[in-house]
Amino acid sequence: MTELQAEQAAVMPRIESQSQRSRYRDVLIALAAFAVLAILPMLTGSKALLDFVIRCSAFGLFATSLNLLVGFTGLVSFGHGMFFGLGAYGFGLIMQRSGLPVPVAFVATLVITTLIATVIGAICVRLKEIYFAFVTLAFQMLIHSTILSWVSLTGGDQGLRGGIPRPAFFGVDLSNHVHLYITSCALLVIGLLLMRQIAQSPFGYTLRMIRDNAIRASFIGIDVWRAKLTIFVLAALFASTGGIIMALFVSGAYPEFAYWTISGEGIFINMLGGVTTFLGPMVGTVLLLILNDTVTRLTEYYGIVLGIVILFFAIGLRKGLMDFVVEWYARRRNGSGE
Amino acid sequence: MDIDALTGCLASSACLVTQTTSGFIIGMLLFLVAVGLTLIFGVLKVVNFSHGAFYMFGAYFAMTAYQFTGSFALAMLCGAAGTALLGLIFERVFMSRVYGSDVLMQLLVCYAFVLIFDDVVRMIWGPEFKSMGMPAAFQVAPLFIAGGVVPPYYLLLIGVALVAAVVLGLGLARTRIGKVIRAAAHNPGMVSALGINTGLIYGGVFALGGMLAGLAGALAAPVRSLTPGMGFSVLIESFIVTVIGGMGSILGALIGAILIGMIRSFGSLGFPLFTEGLMYLFMVIVLVSRPTGLFGKEVA
Repeated sequence: MTELQAEQAAVMPRIESQSQRSRYRDVLIALAAFAVLAILPMLTGSKALLDFVIRCSAFGLFATSLNLLVGFTGLVSFGHGMFFGLGAYGFGLIMQRSGLPVPVAFVATLVITTLIATVIGAICVRLKEIYFAFVTLAFQMLIHSTILSWVSLTGGDQGLRGGIPRPAFFGVDLSNHVHLYITSCALLVIGLLLMRQIAQSPFGYTLRMIRDNAIRASFIGIDVWRAKLTIFVLAALFASTGGIIMALFVSGAYPEFAYWTISGEGIFINMLGGVTTFLGPMVGTVLLLILNDTVTRLTEYYGIVLGIVILFFAIGLRKGLMDFVVEWYARRRNGSGE
Repeated sequence: MDIDALTGCLASSACLVTQTTSGFIIGMLLFLVAVGLTLIFGVLKVVNFSHGAFYMFGAYFAMTAYQFTGSFALAMLCGAAGTALLGLIFERVFMSRVYGSDVLMQLLVCYAFVLIFDDVVRMIWGPEFKSMGMPAAFQVAPLFIAGGVVPPYYLLLIGVALVAAVVLGLGLARTRIGKVIRAAAHNPGMVSALGINTGLIYGGVFALGGMLAGLAGALAAPVRSLTPGMGFSVLIESFIVTVIGGMGSILGALIGAILIGMIRSFGSLGFPLFTEGLMYLFMVIVLVSRPTGLFGKEVA
């Protein structure tokens, strides 16, 4: 064993035991969060609020999975939205054409996503920085163009219309609004918990190392290409789940779901919420959706308002909200401790 | 898919000339936008996501100037000079604040301005489609070359773009200021240590890039319809051009633009619905085989 490997072997169990301890805490937090979300329909009759949470689930899963790439691995993907669209279209098509039960269609969509993400990822993760961003963007637009031009399958620019059948399974009827809401929340909480486990696992720390210094990582024997591909595919799965929730919510799928602007919004959400904390993207999602809803109600010049808010974050704070809060808190605590 | 239409066209000289000319028109406009993009990236190392907005402003400035003065030359001048000024202000006031910070922050600033600029245009000129109309001087019978139709304005457009390409290429390669710009691209610290104001160079290059995009917009104004958000598709396509040609390479931008123009022009015959897809497919193939583009150099 070389010295480096020995060092690595000594560090790994420490991370392992650390993550073991935080794992129980994470599960408890997740259960508590789910409980709060689950009793919400009993407290309020507001359909708009439940809709809001469902949309947050779809975009939150998408944005958080994007952050696994951007924040944790340093892979700035401009094409992550393709997996959101793929999830929506894959699930919608399977349900419309085959009449399979919902859970089977769900798993089948994830399998399809895995296959496509593996092929695209294998090509993309070879490239670095801005070239990675561009090639993911190109793949996204290629998928978008395919959706637009393959009219017989996808309905072209009209999207997948006619509604997605939602037969009941295990007593869950997704055409019931509350059932759909609870299912979305469950998918969100489970998805976040799984992603949290990935981020805190030794593999997650490997990703951070690749982000900080890929050359050093490869020197100590890490297969960088393989690690990047693995996280690319995993992130695609969660984005696809977000797309499935969206397809269920609107009972259809539209080409905009696979357009590059979805990826742009994902990046924006991450920058808004912050990329260094795990829950930053979730905060960003809630912020953006609230911003979207209020600004479109107040003014027709939505772009100017949103633009100024973005400028405030980019030039004013220079980081996302959660990053800012965490740093501010750390500074304050250190300051008072002196 | 309509392969017959494509092969039929390739066999007919009239159709070949018409499609090639229209491919050149698309290509030359794209070149003017893309060369600014590639120049800004080469010198400032910034991916200017708001570049399409300068194209849009160029078109609107030209249209307004033409409506007031009736002079085509003045319209072109206003389009180019107005966007140059805008580029300078944008770079000095906003972009210069995010140099050296995260690439994502630079992208966000640009993205913010894409949103703001589109709304500003909507406020000033209204949300509906506008058209500048073809100047009287060019309302003449088209030329017929081998049976293909070539409007004289197209020749002017191609000529202007080619002149811009040559002037820019020679200017960067031969003149003193060109050398300073290339030096600043390579090692800004050294250039500024020599007593040259790099801030001025950055602002100047951004203004030059903005001017070229604005000129493209002004040239396109008589033949395209004007609408807020019109810069966006141009931006995406000129991105493809710069990436295919290699970020920072002027020759690459020229070749890439012509290639994309031809793909668009002939692709619309053979694959009407998948024309855009063809461009992205081509981009993927180029990036996978040559990650830095056809003429790109590995930048550290």
